[in-house]
Amino acid sequence: MLRYIARRVLVMLPTLFLISLASFFIIQLPPGDFLTTYAAGMGAQDAIVAREHLAALEERYGLNQPFHVQYWQWISNIVCCGDFGQSFEWRRPVSSLIWDRLTLTMLLAVVSTLFMWFVAFLIGTYTAVRQYSIGDYFWTFVGFVGLAIPNFLLALVLMYISFRYFGQSVGGLFSPEYQNAPWSIGKLWDLFQHMWIPVIVIATAGAAGTIRIMRANLLDELHRPYTTTARAKGMQEWRLIAKYPVRLALNPFISTVGWTLPTLISGEIIVSVVLDLPTTGPLLLRALRSQDMYLAGSFILMLGVLTLIGTLLSDILLAWLDPRIQYDKVGSR
Amino acid sequence: MTHIEPSSQTDPLAETTPLGAAPPASSPVGSPTGPGKGIAEAGNAGSGGNLYTASQWRLMWWRFRKHKLAMASGIFILLVYVLLVFAEFIAPYHSSDHNAAYQHAPPQRLHLFEETPDGSRFNPHVKGLEYETDEETWRRSFSPDEEQVYPVRFFVRGHEYELFGLFTTDIHLFGTTDPEAPMYLLGADRLGRDVLSRVIYGTRISMSIGLIGVVMALVLGVILGGISGYFGGWIDSAIQRVIEFLRSIPEIPLWMALTAALPRSWSQVQVYFAITVILSIVGWTTLARVVRGRFFSLREEDFVTAAVLDGASRPRIIFRHMLPSFTSHIVAAVTLAIPAMILAETALSFLGLGLTEPTVSWGVLLREAQNIPSIAHTPWVLIVPATAVVSTVLALNFLGDGLRDAADPYNK
Amino acid sequence: MQAAVGADLAQDSLLSVRSLKTQFPVDQGLVKAVDGASFEIRRGSTLCVVGESGCGKSVTARSILQIVDRPGRVVGGEMLFRRRLRNGSALTGEEEIVDLAKLDPKGAEIRDIRGRDIAMIFQEPMTSLSPVHTIGDQIVEAVHVHENLSKAEAKDRAVDVLQRVGVPKPKQRFDSYPFQLSGGLRQRAMIAMALVCNPVLLIADEPTTALDVTTQAQILELMHELQADYGMAIMFITHDLGVVAEMADDVVVMYLGLAVERGDVRSIFHNPQHPYTRALLRSIPKLGLGARTGPRTRLDTIRGMVPDPYNRPAGCPFHNRCDEFMPGTCDRIVPPPIQFGDRREVRCLLHGGAEEDTR
Repeated sequence: MLRYIARRVLVMLPTLFLISLASFFIIQLPPGDFLTTYAAGMGAQDAIVAREHLAALEERYGLNQPFHVQYWQWISNIVCCGDFGQSFEWRRPVSSLIWDRLTLTMLLAVVSTLFMWFVAFLIGTYTAVRQYSIGDYFWTFVGFVGLAIPNFLLALVLMYISFRYFGQSVGGLFSPEYQNAPWSIGKLWDLFQHMWIPVIVIATAGAAGTIRIMRANLLDELHRPYTTTARAKGMQEWRLIAKYPVRLALNPFISTVGWTLPTLISGEIIVSVVLDLPTTGPLLLRALRSQDMYLAGSFILMLGVLTLIGTLLSDILLAWLDPRIQYDKVGSR
Repeated sequence: MTHIEPSSQTDPLAETTPLGAAPPASSPVGSPTGPGKGIAEAGNAGSGGNLYTASQWRLMWWRFRKHKLAMASGIFILLVYVLLVFAEFIAPYHSSDHNAAYQHAPPQRLHLFEETPDGSRFNPHVKGLEYETDEETWRRSFSPDEEQVYPVRFFVRGHEYELFGLFTTDIHLFGTTDPEAPMYLLGADRLGRDVLSRVIYGTRISMSIGLIGVVMALVLGVILGGISGYFGGWIDSAIQRVIEFLRSIPEIPLWMALTAALPRSWSQVQVYFAITVILSIVGWTTLARVVRGRFFSLREEDFVTAAVLDGASRPRIIFRHMLPSFTSHIVAAVTLAIPAMILAETALSFLGLGLTEPTVSWGVLLREAQNIPSIAHTPWVLIVPATAVVSTVLALNFLGDGLRDAADPYNK
Repeated sequence: MQAAVGADLAQDSLLSVRSLKTQFPVDQGLVKAVDGASFEIRRGSTLCVVGESGCGKSVTARSILQIVDRPGRVVGGEMLFRRRLRNGSALTGEEEIVDLAKLDPKGAEIRDIRGRDIAMIFQEPMTSLSPVHTIGDQIVEAVHVHENLSKAEAKDRAVDVLQRVGVPKPKQRFDSYPFQLSGGLRQRAMIAMALVCNPVLLIADEPTTALDVTTQAQILELMHELQADYGMAIMFITHDLGVVAEMADDVVVMYLGLAVERGDVRSIFHNPQHPYTRALLRSIPKLGLGARTGPRTRLDTIRGMVPDPYNRPAGCPFHNRCDEFMPGTCDRIVPPPIQFGDRREVRCLLHGGAEEDTR
């Protein structure tokens, strides 16, 4: 198992490198030197201080150097000291801005993944076992509709419904009294009460796909010879389905994390903008609009890295569930 | 040990439930179905004896025809594309025609019959609109003015436009005979623009972004997927790493970053093309995977080996022999890729990062409906473009699904 | 629910299948996979079922246990089975006769018989075992389904059986996954799983087809030994006449869901009555004398293919491939079973039955 994990991490490294490169490329994208933007923002009143400060910054980020040197400065500062650079709009280190928001984004993504799995597992199993029943057609249709509704639209509709019929505004993740309060049981509970709309909205995006995967896998497995073997043993039908085909259909299902996690995080970004959640989305959007590129680049870097880690975790879970993978009996997927 | 069967394959009756979704087989005695193939495949014959001569496309069409929902969706999509081509003609107004008097006007009812003193007579018309302004909220509330009757007819004259840049005309498919009369069949937005006309114009942008983006993604996907699948080895692993990398980044933040970096000075057309390019940067990976997968399975096929033995060049083998044999799969994959593009554009424009006024796309229209109070007050501003997006994407998905099933009934 | 029937069963007969019909209603029509097959399995003896692919051998086997894949269903006939009566899990020594065809495929009664009284092994041991459960787990499960044993007891029993079927180091193998075993060992594990509850009848559905020749011989040898040890009857499905010669006491020849000829192995091999049986026997290459005398001869094959099950030929199902086809008769009349002598039966109009009309 350890060897498998080590190999898996090794394969991840080039991707990690590419992600950091892409993030840095994005930082460099806006035309002109970002210091110009920065200087313009500082105004003329403290021009002298600014000039010194600018020179220091130029040194710090190696702005006059070629791309690869700048990249090296940037990435080595992140890796060694957790220094993501400076946010010019907020005039604070990026690291002081992103962690809270990234944590909440990941929390939302994880809760949504679990919720999505739970729903997709139930519906997928039901529709496969009852293939061609009315329920099967109904859920398949619902899945298609779920796939067709952009999640920001769903968020808007749910917001409207709760505004119209429950008379409450559903923006944000915390009630005002907990907004700036330190973490406590009460705050956690408050968070979970606010989370259901974003979780439902985010999960819907991935659920349609995962339901189909679960259904197709289970349909495959239901006709495999080993189910007949189990039936020939005299097992009860439902127990047999739960122990063999469902168990085997679960593996490709788990591996869907690889592609659902990026989708879910994408969904989270948009939904959090619509619902104005204190997560990555609104801040990233704002940073991009104001070309606060270190902040934006760091968000993108970290979102990519966290997605990779999520995928890695799901691969490890998969290897643990399916002994064939560790022994390398399953070809590269 | 002796075998009485030419092949020691599994007993097909036992191993495969004869469930093939196919019309009745005609296979006569001594049909060319080998025992190794089994009855499940024999059962999948087409209708009639011309099965063995039917081309791949014919077979696909036969199977596709049986998906009623996919057929209906296909017709719907065709109509949407007609809308795209003839937007100026079909829309009663231009997307930026506005009238301050009818800000936030609700959808008007189209009356087919007019009640006159001599009884009712057929005269399609809309009633005029009157409004009162609430003293406190400054909101207008509209009510139909029963006195004013504006007849609605086909092929009426309205604003001038150029069709395909070829000729100028002012004939519209339908409209009020009086050009000054209000006709807001699906309501008006906050500037008094006709929501129906705007959605029709939005169709043009949103659908064409999907189409052009997919074409770009297709070219990239077929070339890179083909190279990857045909050559294999380190080229394949390199391309696979790139695909993995692109798919591991959450695409919305990536798109957001790229669109945000577009120079503000760019014209709408430039932005439009830039966005299609950005969308296809991630879109090609899906298509490349399909192509690569097919290439891997085809590489082992006899007809490819035969071509290699014939001394055909590699490009010739790829483009003449292999590609045509799975175009049907590509068609299906492409159809399924379009909705993703449409949704992406919608999301970006909704965030204000993609297209902006005066360009009208579905995403731009939905941006109008961003806050809850305005939705509560003028729901049509949300409902109309939302319906357009959802129904089109739904239809494209049904269509793509039906095509995929028809292209490859064995592959789920 | 109680499907016990009168003692309409010969004393030495364990299972009597009479006019069994199993059908698959599919979109394209009705597939009559088994259409009136009849045969008997005697206690402690081996019955081989032979025929080409697609003639309904496997479906017949599955019909006995009522595990035909959907949408297939046993729709007619009788399958009288002599079941051992139990008091708890102990045998009382008494027996009752049950008609398996009348049992609900999902009911508790047939489930009780599956795996305990009648066990089954399959062709492909790799796919017939779950790849993500250890073989020990899968064997122990069979015990738990039918008997109230503790985990440790069940494991002991499983290790015991693994030993008896010749799995080396059974204790370690208990925790192996199927993919860690060789084909032969996997099939031994399958057999162990089938035998763990001491069945009176073992149905083997082409158990050696997927194995290489040496392993095949070992497995057949093993089954011989186990039959002697356990005193069980075996229904052996195969298309390999060599295996039939080695294993069988009795033989049933099937063609398109119909048992066209049955009898003891000697008379089938030495005095085949049905043209199909004769054709099958002619298609075996002969070693020894035949090969050396005379010029090279070409091996006989049977003309044509097994017809498509959606359009079965009218009359005798074999008539369109038969060398002794009698126009106007064979394509009109379904041959009735004709008994001759002890346990010998043939369905061919050459031997009579042509004067009667179609059923």
